[in-house]
Amino acid sequence: MTELSLKAPAVTKDQDAETTGTREREVFLPRDARRRTPLSTLRERLRWPLGIYTTPVAILIAWEILARAGAVSKTYAPAPTSIVKSAANLWQQGVLGPDLAISLQRAGIGLAIGLTVGIVSGVLGGLLRSGEYLFNGLVQVLNTIPLLAVLPLMIVWFGIDELTKVLLISFGAGVPMYLNLFAAIRGVDQRLIEMARTTGAGTWRLVTRVLVPGALPGFLVGLRFSLAYSVLGLVAAETVNADKGLGFLITQGQTYLQTNQVFVGLVIYSLLGLLADQFVRALERVLLRWRPSYEAS
Amino acid sequence: MSSTIATEPRRQTGVVVEQVVRRFGDRVVLDHLDLTIADEELVILLGPSGCGKSTLLRLLAGLDRPDGGRVEVPARRAIVFQADRLLPWQRVLRNVTLGLHGSDAEQRARDVLAEVGLAGREKAWPKELSGGEAQRVSLARALVSEPELVLLDEPFAALDAITRLRMHDLVRALRTKHQAAMLLVTHDVDEAIALADRIVVMSNGGIGTSHDVHLTAVDREASVAREELRARLLEDLGLAGQH
Repeated sequence: MTELSLKAPAVTKDQDAETTGTREREVFLPRDARRRTPLSTLRERLRWPLGIYTTPVAILIAWEILARAGAVSKTYAPAPTSIVKSAANLWQQGVLGPDLAISLQRAGIGLAIGLTVGIVSGVLGGLLRSGEYLFNGLVQVLNTIPLLAVLPLMIVWFGIDELTKVLLISFGAGVPMYLNLFAAIRGVDQRLIEMARTTGAGTWRLVTRVLVPGALPGFLVGLRFSLAYSVLGLVAAETVNADKGLGFLITQGQTYLQTNQVFVGLVIYSLLGLLADQFVRALERVLLRWRPSYEAS
Repeated sequence: MSSTIATEPRRQTGVVVEQVVRRFGDRVVLDHLDLTIADEELVILLGPSGCGKSTLLRLLAGLDRPDGGRVEVPARRAIVFQADRLLPWQRVLRNVTLGLHGSDAEQRARDVLAEVGLAGREKAWPKELSGGEAQRVSLARALVSEPELVLLDEPFAALDAITRLRMHDLVRALRTKHQAAMLLVTHDVDEAIALADRIVVMSNGGIGTSHDVHLTAVDREASVAREELRARLLEDLGLAGQH
């Protein structure tokens, strides 16, 4: 049966080919073999001249032109160059520098506390059954509470000073770190753990050579979330009763309709986010060399 | 608990399994099974899939406990699994030294890697190895601890035919250097004939038949005795008349 049905189309195809006389064929050659004229190189360059930054830069240029032409009001969206100018002005007035410093300090302390608590509890929860029972339920509950909804409670408990701001940031950073680290440690391939035990490797070897490296990809995902949420916490904390910091800069700009100043704050926040992302990417390149996707370089 | 994992003074043989029972729910997988393996003997455990071969091997490895009976194995034992189970985040050398301690650990690992034909590949990542190379690393990882018993759970089942034949040669060569009892689980009759000192066929949760193999390397390739043995094994497996 099968042989017959297999043969039949092969025969008809041959007849087809004979009648039409053209059998389509494909030829694969090395890429260098294709002639590269100066024109085609130029065209390729022009299509995406700045890589992934082409679109943002194009938007910035269009924005600048529209602002200069008076198409968008200065109060709504001041030209990018004027935002840069106000940033320079603010820096020279000695406002931006200290504000940035105090914000970075808050973020740094909050992150340090949040990551420490998140990593310690995540490791204990991931490695030990009792650790899981101790932390897991609590963090699952905390995870369902939106970060911004905790703010009023924190103000009642800890006042409107630095403590509330730092704790909000560490809350934002700690919870995702715990959840991702716990899942990463528990997700390490059970067969590898079994294998390690049979080689006679002790608990220390098992942890350092199997569980920790196996959990690293999940840890880095957690770190990325932690950094993002800590910036979110920073924004939320600083817009409430601050007299220093980036959030204060933005609120002040809003109050006096200084849109320039609001944009300066936003740009700095986005730069902080980009920096955090690049930091985690660099970590991934170093720590996850063994992954095939990172071997290409 | 101490009674189940006690280390006792050795008897004369490598492995002693007495009246072992293992159940999974209502299903009795091992039913009062007896098996002994002498020092330096290579026993092949043959049987259709699902007959309890791997269950027995896991009991011998200490990865599982029997529901009844007694299992006695050397404390120094190693396992080669069907998949290579290499740590992808460690280079080849560190994969081999995983269970080793002492200052000579790296040198011993290099020596064993050279024995399995992988000298110079110590710095490779497991992802860069072919299937046969990866399985040779896991063989090296098992042998580096100088075990008295090596358990191999269908170690070459995932390899292509040519690589598998090379691995058979390698196992024979390694046996002359490493004095260890070996138990190799397989469902490949030809693999069993190529390697075994003794072939044990499992059936109904116990050891069905046992065949001592006294053939020269040449006779194992092709001979009347080989074909007779093959026919008897197929009969034991309930496949007689189909070939």
